Parts: sequence; structure tokens; C-alpha cells
Amino acid sequence: MTDLLLEWLIKIAVIFFILITVVAYLSYIERRVASWIQLRVGPNRVGPLGLLQPLADGLKFIFKEDIIPSQANKWLYIAAPAIAIVPALMTFIVIPYGSEVNLFGRTVPLRVTQIDIALLYVLAVGSVGVYGVALAGWSSNNKYSLLGGLRATAQMISYELSLGISIVGVLLLAGTLDLVEIVEAQRGAWLGFIPKWNIFLQPFGFIIFFISALAETNRVPFDLPEAEAELVAGYFTEYSSMKFAMFFMSEYFHLITVTSVATTLYFGGWDGPGVDRFPLLSIVYFIIKVFVFIFIFMWIRFTLPRFRYDQLMRFGWKILLPGAILNVVITATLVLFFPNLIAVRP
Amino acid sequence: MEPSGVVNYIPILLIFVIAAGFAAIMIIMSRLAGRNRPTREKLMPYECGVEPVGSARERQSVKFYMVAMVFLLFDIEAVFLIPWAVAFPNVLTRPEWASLKYVFYGEMMIFMVILLVGLIYVWRKGILEWNR
Repeated sequence: MTDLLLEWLIKIAVIFFILITVVAYLSYIERRVASWIQLRVGPNRVGPLGLLQPLADGLKFIFKEDIIPSQANKWLYIAAPAIAIVPALMTFIVIPYGSEVNLFGRTVPLRVTQIDIALLYVLAVGSVGVYGVALAGWSSNNKYSLLGGLRATAQMISYELSLGISIVGVLLLAGTLDLVEIVEAQRGAWLGFIPKWNIFLQPFGFIIFFISALAETNRVPFDLPEAEAELVAGYFTEYSSMKFAMFFMSEYFHLITVTSVATTLYFGGWDGPGVDRFPLLSIVYFIIKVFVFIFIFMWIRFTLPRFRYDQLMRFGWKILLPGAILNVVITATLVLFFPNLIAVRP
Repeated sequence: MEPSGVVNYIPILLIFVIAAGFAAIMIIMSRLAGRNRPTREKLMPYECGVEPVGSARERQSVKFYMVAMVFLLFDIEAVFLIPWAVAFPNVLTRPEWASLKYVFYGEMMIFMVILLVGLIYVWRKGILEWNR
């Protein structure tokens, strides 16, 4: 039992460390990608190629003055960024990062744990982050923050519906909520070269999932709740220094979570050519796929204009939700009449 | 080797403790390391530089409440859809349950039609409109 506990603790520490570094450097990558798309050079002064920029930003955040506005609800104000960031961190332990490797004489699977309701856990824990947003808007005692917080909350819960229902399409093909088994079910190929990824069986489900993920993480074109020109900074207007940084980081954590889930559900997770002979390739494939998605998210951010709030809500309720439900109905009908599409055999 | 069963849920507790500790450390760090010189202007709610007018604790529009209610209803539908979707392919691929195939399918389709009627009602009533 104790060496199991040790194994878990080591894996959690490794993932934690890698995640914090990746999130810090995501802000750097975002600024670099933005500048390339906008035909300018991004941050390149701090350190070689500007690579120490996140470190400088982090230090700046720590040393800034921590202001608590006079009439704010003090404890809620302090707790809100913590409520936003803790669920965002908790989703990473059930995602399979790779197949199994042989380390120190034991077979170590490249994931922290395998629970049988992994996908439901990810959805549920991710939804708790909405509380942080709502409480931040309310406790700041600022009209702009409150409005921004309410609008962000309404947007996030509306798109959570289509996110949850679009996942049902993948479940109908896989027959299990366990992310490890969903990845296992996508191994192999049809006709020898087309990989058995769910994207080929669920293209509309993927599109709905992708658009809902854009809206869930409050990214352009759905980022009105934090648009500078409209609502100052929305629900984090009154936050300074580390608490602001925590909201920022929670947004990047959510981004990594949804891209990892999209990779796992629709693009075969860590699957790829040559994984059986070199298990370490599996984690390389996973990282490549996740970063391709992150790049696409950023590309979209710096290319499209943003939606007005009523257009955004109309889109979520009147187009995406019926679309997701239609996807479920069609997938269920096809699976009923062609059961050989189902990937999981008992 | 990897265990199975409830033991696998313990890492969730571990990461909750670690993440909560991490958040607490971040907050305490900035409290200790940052300066603390509050002035009247710094502590006022920000309203683009002018004195704030009115209170922030007024009543908000009922639209947000309506969206939350409708979200609740459809989230319950999603909660029922997910276990059904996990069970359905298992029913289809096991021969001892082959006779239940159409019952499984038909029952969920009826459930979704009832909720679809609900969505159409909400749509026609205009709850999903103006500023939504």
C-alpha cells in the first residue's frame, strides 16, 4: 500500500510541476503566436528569445500590492480565485498520458489513476469552477464585476450543456466512461492505414465539442465577459497580484483540460504508429496532439472578432444544443442498426 | 501492479489537498511579499476613474435566473443520457439482452422527445431571447 501511495505522490508531483511550467509558458506562447499572426515580434527581451518572460511576470505578480476593496466580502473575495483554480487542477489525474513503460523493474502506466467514471469526473469537477467566477463577481462590490460575473456564469453554464451532450456521442461508441478504455478502443486501423479514431465516426460531435470548449474557457470568439472595452476586465476587475494571476492560470488550466479531453475522446489519445515497440512514443504523440489543439485555439483567438452577448447565448441555446441532441439521436439510431461500429466488446 | 476498485479514488483526495495547499501558498505569498499602503482611492470600487454612483448590491435582471433554471432542466436530461449511453452499446453487443434492444432505444427517444417539447416551449415563450 505504501509503495502505491508513493507512486501516486510522485506522479502527482511530476504532473503538477510540468503543468505549472506549461501554464506559465502558455502565456508566453500565446503572446508569441499573437505577434506572429499580427506580423510583429513578440516578447524577446527578457532572456534568450524572451523565454524568461513568464518568470519575470510571475515575480511581478508576487510583489504587487494586494488590494482588498473597502466594502468587499472579504473571505469570499479571497476564496473565489482558490475555488476557480482548485477544480481546474483536479481534472488532470484521470487523463491517460501514455501507455505503460518499464521503470526500475516495474511496469508503470503513464497516468496517475484509472477510475471507471473518469469522463463524468472531468465534467463534474470542471463545472465547479463556475462557482469561482460567480463569487468573484459578487464579492468585489463593483457593478461591472457583478455584471461580468453573471454574464460569464450564464455563458459557461449554457455551453456546458452542449459539451456534456456532445460527449454522449462518444459514449455510445465506446460503452464506457473510463478514459483509459476509450483510448484503448481507438487503437488499430481500418483498411490498414486509417486510424480508428472517433473523429471519423463523430465529426459533428467533435465540432460541437470544440465550439463548446471555446465558449467554456471564455476564449475568443466567446470572450465578451472579459473583454477590455466592454466591461473593464469583467469579473476580475478588482483583483490584483497573485489572485489575478490565479484566475489567469485557471483559464489556462481549463484550456489544457479541454484540449486533453478532446485529444483523448476524438483523436485517439496517446495512440500513434510505433507505440507498441517504444512506449515512450505514446507520451510524445499525446503532447504533440494537445499542442496542435492549443495552437488552433490561439489561432482562432487572433483571427476572429468576438460575438455580442445576445448572439452568443442565442448560438448556444438555439443552434448548439439542438445540434448536440440531434447528434445523439442520429448516433443512437446508427449504432442500433449497425452494431459493428461499437468499439468496446465485452 | 495497478489496483482496481475504490482504492483508485484516493489520488483525488491527494490532489485536492495539494491543489488547495498550492492556492493557499500563492495567496499567502502575495500577502507577505507585496507592499501594503492602502489609500482611499485604491480601495474604492473601480468605475473608470469617477466616484462610484449607486450601490452594487441592487437587483439584477431575472434573465440570469431563467437561464439557470433552464440549464438545470437540461442538465438533468444530460445526467440521464450519460448512463443510458454507457449501457446501450453493452446491451447491443450481448446476445442475452438482444430482445431489449428496441425497448432501450425507444424509451430514451421518448424521454428526449418530451424534453425537446420543453425546449420548444421555452424557445417560443421568448426566454432564450433579448440579450440572451
